[in-house]
Amino acid sequence: MNMQTTTRLTTAEAALVEAFGAQVGDLPGNGAVIGTRDRLLDDLKKSGLPTRRIESWHYTDLKNLFREVPEANGSAGVSAVAPLIAGSSVLTVLQGEADAKVHAEGFSVSAYKDALSDGSAVKGLTALDKDDAIGRINGSFVRDGFSLSVPAGADLADPIEIQALHAGGQIHTRFPAVFGAGAKATIIERHRAETDAAALVSSISDIALEDGAEVTWILLQQQGAADTHLGQIRVSLGKDAKLRLYVINAGGKLVRQELRIEVEGEGADLTLRGVNLLGGDTHTDVTLVLGHNVPHTTSTETIRNVLFDRASGVFQGMIKVAPDAQKTDAKMACNTLLMSDDADFSVKPELEIFADDVICGHGATVSDIDRNHLFYLMARGVPENKARAMLVNAFVAEIAEELEDEKLVAPLEELISDWLDKHA
Amino acid sequence: MLEIKNLHARIAEDGTEIIRGLNLTVKAGEVAAIMGPNGSGKSTLSYILSGREDYEVTEGEILLNGENILELDPAERAAKGVFLAFQYPVEIPGVATMQFLKVAMNEQRKARGEAELTTPDFLRRVKEVAADLKINMDMLKRPLNVGFSGGEKKRAEILQMALLEPQLCILDETDSGLDIDALKIVADGVNALKSPDRATIVITHYQRLLDYIVPDTVHVLYKGQIIRTGDKDLALELEANGYADVIGQAA
Repeated sequence: MNMQTTTRLTTAEAALVEAFGAQVGDLPGNGAVIGTRDRLLDDLKKSGLPTRRIESWHYTDLKNLFREVPEANGSAGVSAVAPLIAGSSVLTVLQGEADAKVHAEGFSVSAYKDALSDGSAVKGLTALDKDDAIGRINGSFVRDGFSLSVPAGADLADPIEIQALHAGGQIHTRFPAVFGAGAKATIIERHRAETDAAALVSSISDIALEDGAEVTWILLQQQGAADTHLGQIRVSLGKDAKLRLYVINAGGKLVRQELRIEVEGEGADLTLRGVNLLGGDTHTDVTLVLGHNVPHTTSTETIRNVLFDRASGVFQGMIKVAPDAQKTDAKMACNTLLMSDDADFSVKPELEIFADDVICGHGATVSDIDRNHLFYLMARGVPENKARAMLVNAFVAEIAEELEDEKLVAPLEELISDWLDKHA
Repeated sequence: MLEIKNLHARIAEDGTEIIRGLNLTVKAGEVAAIMGPNGSGKSTLSYILSGREDYEVTEGEILLNGENILELDPAERAAKGVFLAFQYPVEIPGVATMQFLKVAMNEQRKARGEAELTTPDFLRRVKEVAADLKINMDMLKRPLNVGFSGGEKKRAEILQMALLEPQLCILDETDSGLDIDALKIVADGVNALKSPDRATIVITHYQRLLDYIVPDTVHVLYKGQIIRTGDKDLALELEANGYADVIGQAA
């Protein structure tokens, strides 16, 4: 195809276009899927990667920050690791390919590749809006992942752990998950680099909770120091559904984690908790767009950030309350601990409220360690560096403790303290 | 045990002088009460003894067992045996009380070159002391001081004091916010720690606490100086006549 392009592509954009050309012959998908991929890539090519001139990308100028696309294939030889919580049902994705040997008890699961091949995935492949660069990249390139379905009324005793492990390369995965009415489940979605080799990862999880479902979904992003991670979580909540969504970023060089959440059923409740552990020369962006679309729904959003070195971070939190979504109750807070003068964090809370009888609030703090707390610990004989470490840890561990279930709290606390031991 | 010589100190931030030539000696085994009206520098003195950075010593010395401790940070002073029971213990969400107690005890031991406590030994110690102070072990499962009532916070301070076995105990307005039953429990805890090798400074502006923790000496602090020293009868005199007389005599 010989097409005249008006804008010049950056090196990374050109590399994506080239990679698509090289891969399209063997990307899974029926005619409809391939057609959608072509369109998405074409849109990407026309608009280019988003720049700071696009409002939702203002603090993460992807065109400028994302310079190089790594070679498609990383090194082989990655194998499954022990689950975070013993007894979990483990679904492994290695180098972007689902491991078909899956033992599922109480839920059903299939490789996402199958949904691409038979075309059932086509509807979900579309971008959410004209600035949805992650939707376009992932829709163009996605190879595999898992489609999960937890039947109505099921109460899964053990967590399901999705393990997406890689050793560099281009990794594009997708995880649609449907929780039937009244289903109860805990999902751990773990993205992790097993080597230092650079990777471009895009991953989208489509999470649908039907009426009365109660789900805890914990996303752990532990990519490598050279990796770009472009994540998106799309959520819809039915009537009386309850979702606890934990997003923990503890890795990656350039990270954008988008949360696009639609509260669609009365009585639904969202508990969103974010922990961003940022160090080195990294950039991490968590962008939330939350729609309270019907009356009588509730949500709380708490984001805690700790920054070291020259790390920079962003939290954009947009809460939209629809005109008839009376009695919405939403509370958002973003608290940041800056441990270095060279680190920075940008917070942009936005409320768009079209109903008149609602409670919506947001607050943001940026601080150093509380001197009163530090003095108290030191006055008991805890040396300064140890006291500081305890306080930083406490600042984020508090979020983990809210899970209350010790089985979940302990491994998260350990992950947090391990990260802090390495970076503080 | 403790010798404070011609101490002058000010608030680091704005230079306001709070302690103006203070002299005080407290011997091992002694319980010294420091009394004085609001704003006389009582709490400041407790912070300076424990090494809080917000204050700057401009002149004088603080000797603990003959060693000048002014250059030591709060943690180093704690390891040398200084303990401050706070007037307002801070709540620290996210720090588990038991973990904090264990770290504090073991860090002090490490600093003194002693072996660290094993977990069973640590638990045994905490349980013993908690029982004496009528502290429920469930309370210690909470984050440090979080959601503790006023009385629970003060008892938790005394628990820490008993576990850390300091040489110099400083009680800053320990009676504030306590009802009479809680006050008795706290006072019993303090009295149980009385020992010939330990000195105690009780800072208060009411006589009430001194009915339960009986002082050997009473010192009146006013405008950053000790203006009068006596025995426990001085506290009774202050209770009866207020500070005006003593201040008037000193002027």
